[in-house]
This record gives sequence, C-alpha cells and structure tokens, in this order.
Amino acid sequence: MTQRHFISLCLLPLAIFTLAFLAIPLGRLILASGESEAGWGIYLQILQTPRYLSTLGQTVVVSLAVTVAALAISTTAGLYLVRNHFPGRNVLLSILTLPLAFPGVVVGFMIILLGGRQGLVNQLLPGYWVFAYSIIGLFLGYLYFSIPRVLLTVMAAAEKIDPALEEAARTLGASPWRIVTDVLLPALAPALIAAGAIAFATAMGAFGTAFTLATDIDVLPMVIYTEFTLSANIAMASALSVVLGLVTWAMLLIARSFSGGAVAAGG
Amino acid sequence: MMRLITRHVPLAVTLLACAFLLIPIIQSILAGLTVNYFRGLSSGLTLKWIVQVWELYSDSIFLSIWLALTCLAATLVIGVPAAYVLARNPGRITRVLEEFISLPLAIPGLALALALLQLYGTVQGFRTSWTFILVGHVLYTLPFMVRSVLSVLAAIDLRTLEEGAASLGAGPARRFVDVVVPNAMPGILAGALTVVTLSIGEFNLTWMLHTPYLKTLPVGLADSYASMRLEVASAYTLVFFVMIVPLLMAMQWASARAQRIMQ
Amino acid sequence: MTLTLTNIAKTFPGGTKALLPTDLEIAKGEILSLLGPSGCGKSTLLRIIAGLETPDPGASIVFDGDDVTHQSVESRKIGMVFQSYALFPNMSVRSNIGYGLKMQKLPKAEIAARVDEVIGLCQLAPYADRAVTALSGGQKQRVALARAMAPRPRVLLLDEPLSALDAALRNHLRDELALLLRQFGITAIFVTHDQDEAMAIADRVAVMSQGQVAQIGTPEALYRNPATGFVARFVGDAMPLEGRIERAHMHLPGGVLTLPQAGDGQQVLVRAEDISIDPQGPITGRVETVTFLGTHYRIALSGVMAGPLFMLHAGLSAPKPGDEVRLSIPPEALLVLPMEMAA
Repeated sequence: MTQRHFISLCLLPLAIFTLAFLAIPLGRLILASGESEAGWGIYLQILQTPRYLSTLGQTVVVSLAVTVAALAISTTAGLYLVRNHFPGRNVLLSILTLPLAFPGVVVGFMIILLGGRQGLVNQLLPGYWVFAYSIIGLFLGYLYFSIPRVLLTVMAAAEKIDPALEEAARTLGASPWRIVTDVLLPALAPALIAAGAIAFATAMGAFGTAFTLATDIDVLPMVIYTEFTLSANIAMASALSVVLGLVTWAMLLIARSFSGGAVAAGG
Repeated sequence: MMRLITRHVPLAVTLLACAFLLIPIIQSILAGLTVNYFRGLSSGLTLKWIVQVWELYSDSIFLSIWLALTCLAATLVIGVPAAYVLARNPGRITRVLEEFISLPLAIPGLALALALLQLYGTVQGFRTSWTFILVGHVLYTLPFMVRSVLSVLAAIDLRTLEEGAASLGAGPARRFVDVVVPNAMPGILAGALTVVTLSIGEFNLTWMLHTPYLKTLPVGLADSYASMRLEVASAYTLVFFVMIVPLLMAMQWASARAQRIMQ
Repeated sequence: MTLTLTNIAKTFPGGTKALLPTDLEIAKGEILSLLGPSGCGKSTLLRIIAGLETPDPGASIVFDGDDVTHQSVESRKIGMVFQSYALFPNMSVRSNIGYGLKMQKLPKAEIAARVDEVIGLCQLAPYADRAVTALSGGQKQRVALARAMAPRPRVLLLDEPLSALDAALRNHLRDELALLLRQFGITAIFVTHDQDEAMAIADRVAVMSQGQVAQIGTPEALYRNPATGFVARFVGDAMPLEGRIERAHMHLPGGVLTLPQAGDGQQVLVRAEDISIDPQGPITGRVETVTFLGTHYRIALSGVMAGPLFMLHAGLSAPKPGDEVRLSIPPEALLVLPMEMAA
C-alpha cells in the first residue's frame, strides 16, 4: 500500500460521515428555508415581523449582558487565582469549572432551585422573590454556564504573561491599579475578545436552559423550537436557524482568530 | 486603602462566583436525599427518591452510557486517522477541512438537529433507532477528538519520527500503528474522556432527535424537571452529578497531562 | 550613590537557603557584577536589592543613608533591566521609555524632553515610534536599558541582560553596554553567569557560589589571586592537577613540578595558557589531539596525570598527535589553594 492510498484510507471515514451528516443536511436546511411561499424573501420577513425582530433583539441584549458580566467576574476571579496560591485554591478552581459538563437543562434546574417558586431565595427572604422564570433567571442561567468557559480562557492566557512585565512596571513606580490597566488587561485583551465571543455565541444558541426555565421571554432558539414543533413552520424555523448559525459561527471565527482553543458552544 | 481594594475585592468576587455556582448544586444534592424538601433536613434523610429514579429512569442511564461508548468508538475510528492526515499535511485545504468539521462547535445543536431531521426524518428505520441520536453525538463530539489528537501530533516532530520508521522499513500502515498512535496517546486519552463527558451531557441535539422510547439521561432530566416532584428531579440530578463529575475531573487531568507533554 | 548591604539572607518557604548572610558595599558610580553558576543566589540578591523579594529578618539595605529595607519596589527609585526585557508589548518604544516618568506624574513636555534625551543616548531615534514587538533582540535590550534609565534611578540593576541574545551579537553588545553604563555614570549591579561578560563590563566582580560571595575584587585580582579553587575554576578556567604533594613539590605520573610554596593538604590548579613546550621541562606528556584556533593551538595531553590536561600553544607549528613532548610550568603560575568541600 502506498502512502497516498493510506492517506486516502485515513480520510475515508471522515469524508463519508461529514458529507452524509453535516454537509448535505446543512445544504438541505438552507434550501428548506427558501421553500415557503415567500421564497428567499423569508429572510426579509424576519426583519419585517416585529415578533421575530424583538426576539432577535432580546437574544442579543441578554447575550451581550451575560458576556459583559461573565468577562468581569471571570477576569477578576481568574487573575486572582493565577496570582495567588493559597490553601483551598484548587477547591475554588474545581468549583468554578464544575458547570463545564452540565447540560443546559441542568443549569436551568439550578436556577429554579435558586430563584424558582420553591427556590432558596424565596424561602429565605420575606415576600415573593421568584426570578427564575423572568429575564433575570435567563440571565443568571446563561451566566452560570458562561463563567467557567471564560474563566478557563482567561486563566490560560494569564498564566502565559511574563511575570517580569508586572515586576518591570513596579520598578518604574506603577501602582497595583495601573499594573492592571497598563500591563495585565492589554496582555489579556486577545483572550478577553476570544472568551467574550465564545460566551456571546454560547448564550445566543443556548436552548436547554431557556427550555427548562420555560420563561415568558422569547429567545431565538425557543422561537425556532416552537416554530418547528408547534407551528410546523419548517421554512421559518430553518431560516431562523440559518441566521442563528451564521451569527454564532461568525463569533467563534473571531474567537478562533484570537486564541485558537476549542471550546464547546453547548448550554 | 488601595491595597485593601486590590486584594480583597477580587477575593470577594471569586468567593461569590463560587457560591453562585455551588449553592444550587448543594441544594439539589440535599433535596434528592431528604424526605420532604420543604420541611427541610428535619424530615429526615432517605434514599427512596434515588430508588424511584432508578425505577423510572434506569433505561435512560443505560442508553446514555451505551451512546457514550459507541460515540467514543465512532470518534476514534473517524477522528484519529483524520487528525493524522491533518497533522501530516498542514496547509490551506486541511485548514478548511478542520474548520468545516468544527462547524458543530459553532452552530447551535438545535440548528444541526433541524438539518438532520429534514434530511433523514422520513427514513423510518433510521429516524426511530438509537443510531440517529448517535449521529448527532458523533457530529458534536468529533471536533474535540480531532483537535485533541491534532494538537499533540502537531507538537511532536511527526515527520522525522515517520521518516525514521520508514528508513527502518515500516510501511504507512505499520508506521501509523507503531509510531503515530502511541505518540498521540495522551491526546487520544484526553479526547476520549472529553467525548464521553460531552456525550453523556448532550441535550440540545438529543432533545430534537430522540423519540419517546429513546430517552437519554439529559432528556430524562428535562422530563423530570417538567413533570416530577422536586425531590425526584433532584435525586435524578444527583445521579447525573455522580456520573459526570468524576468524568469531568478525569478529562481535566488528561487534558492537563497532554498539555504538559506537548511542552 | 553608595549602596550598603548588611546581613542580607534569604530562606525560601520550605527551608531552602537561597542566600546566606551577605554584606556588600558598592561605591558611587561603580559597576559591580554578581558572577556565578545558576542557583548560586546572585539573582535572589539582585531581587532583594530591587525589593522584588523580601530578605530574612535582620537585613538592612541602605541607599546613601536612606534605609530602604522596608520600602516597596515602587518607592525605591531603582531601575531594572530584566532577562526577558519585559517590554510592554502594548506600547511603542517611546511609551515604554516614558512609562516611569508618567508614573511620576511629570508634565507631558518634560517627559517628552527626557525621553528624547535617553533615546539619543541609546541611539534609538530611528525606532522611537515603532512597536516594541517589531524590534531586534539588540534593539529590545537598548529599549529596556533606556526605560530603566529614563526616570534617573538611584541604582541600576541588570539581571542577565545579554543572555537572551545569540553569541555573536552578545559579544558586540557587551562592549556597547559597558560604554553606555559608563556614559550614564550610574551605580550599577549586573548579574551574569558568563565570566567574560563580568570581566568586560564590571569594575569589580563578586563571584558567588552556593548562596555566598566566594571572593570580591577587580577582574585582575580575581584572575591573579583567586581565593578558592572554585574562583580559580570559574574565573579563567583553571584545571586541578591530580598528583601527590610533598612540601613544595608535586609528583605527577609525568614528572615532578616545583610549587611556589609548600602545599601539603592543599590543591594545585593550573591554567592552560601557563603550560608551555620546553625541551628542558621537568614533565613529559603525550599529544593526543591538536586543535587549530587561529592565534594558537589547543593541545590535549595524556600521561601527565590520570585525566587529560589541556595547554595552549602559540607559534607557527604544533606537535603531532602521538608525539612525546616535554613541558614546563613556571612555579608562580601554579595556584596552591585550600581544598574545598565537595559541592
């Protein structure tokens, strides 16, 4: 067997699988979006229908808010954990990365336990404190699975920063705050952009969490789901999926060009 | 004062984030083990909810384990040789190929499931079989296997190793078995643990692809959250934690090990 | 500025003694080199002076009468050049150099003037507005020096500033750095593991070994009168001779050498350049290999002692491998030093 034959043989399983279950189905999805009466005008219809437009707007706003919050929290915690070694540090690190393996449904359940009708906050505080099914619950749920992902990216980048950079700034008289703004944040910038793009894309596409919380807030994946299962509006569900897929794919391309790590966009 | 802020605010943020992530986990563990969650721990500890979960949902647990193992086998067969080719021939075409098979990382599972359903939804024997779910899982986990193996192969001097083996008379297949696979082992191990962990937790694709007779663990969880009392849902979540947390730890250990070897 | 160090020691958590109690005085404008192998404590000492490490209790660091022992790095007014240079990649050459002045909150115009002055001295004018990532190794090194010097520090600390460069460039920049430091006229401490570098740049060299200063002196003094076998080996590559000492004579397999003084219970070392071929010499050896090095030959000899002995031979021709040669070593070139404990 020659080298060339062996290489072809190695690629064969991948070629068959990817063609049958990725390339052709995605092509079919795109075609299906144009098969309604509106034809390809369906994409224009998305922009003209207030319900879809507001859904898109809400999804973007929630995802952006989650991205900003996750970046702030995870950068603070990540820098602290990289720069301080103390007993119990590894326990904190394990806790902060635990939700990596939780599916979106479990994350939704965690938020119900915190802020649902029978949730912890409602039990502890007087009055009626239920936030799990509102936009706050959705925000917290998305934050729950975003914190570990951003944290890992930030910590990996922070560990690569030359400790001499910070020491150099100190010998030149920089205060701790100046060190953060002049040295650490600029050095982390590519990782923060990458992590932010990942968090944003993950939040945009998150289905399980929204599904479990069954919120009254429409987010794009939930609308796609209801269009498909309840309204049987296959073309619109396909078109919205294509739009959603393009947005998240573009975001992850940005992330890849800044960091290159493989991070799951689950949730 | 400044020093106080720069030292203690980050610690407080870290601890608050930990509390936010950990408290509901503890709640669900407690709820799954208490007789009556609303009366609290004073109502006593019990395993009856776990037993009930086992009676109701043990099929879903076995299906998830079976899917994870078959998914692992499939990603090994498809992913390891593919990663080898990608590592051997770095260039524009392989970059595009890698980007393409990574699409399932970027495109939400819902969209992928919709695409699969439209193409194969009418193929009766396939649509209702567990292999339909398996396809979704392989689609989603394959990029992790490929990248994990690829990053290790990219870090070693694959070409020289292969040339060495070739100069000693080994053909392409022998070199793959004797040189490539053993050297890629840390990456294969890390990739394998990632695949199993992600497959057991996969919900977005599975929810769309499953049938009422084929429920995986996360699908069963969604079902219990919607229709069961809180204690049962919590006990079921507890079972899930017991399965997934050791896998996650093993996965992180294996990935860190692969990283160390690459340096 | 005079720098006075008293009782500086460092024990790391876990009990490793990186630095044993050390006293050192550095005169105004003097360039002192801390020379030693890795792990000898030289970098720890430098970092303690900088304020980047805390010494064990009882230490005192005084800059010209100003006790800075308990001052933070930021307020010590020192300049430091790091091994990796640690240039801020998000800033231009000019912003890097001006950073320390900006931290002192000086007016913009004054910062610009002083940055230009240092840029001129370090011959960085053509690169002033470039990104530091676009510079060569040698240019980076000059920017690091300029950045450390711009705030007019009281003392300049350099941690292996040439070790990140390749060999050819290193020799060139070594002389350039020596010249620049003298132009600045600053008190400087320079850490290196390279004896040539220390000799070329420093006024005085402190040779360090196992957390202690083994000897301190001018390069000539260290070379001519090493205090210990370690210093003799580290400065000028002296080779220990393996033989039996009887008062002022050393019996080698290849013959008997006369020592400058009685050496019982001590060790004798010799440098390759002090051995010469001499038909009347007292010892014989057999030529094993001859390496031509341009200005001279390096010859490996067997039979003089159990191990090989190396000598340098100037001249237009050299003996051939296999030749028997007679050798002489002037007694004053033999270094008779106390035995050391095994490292």
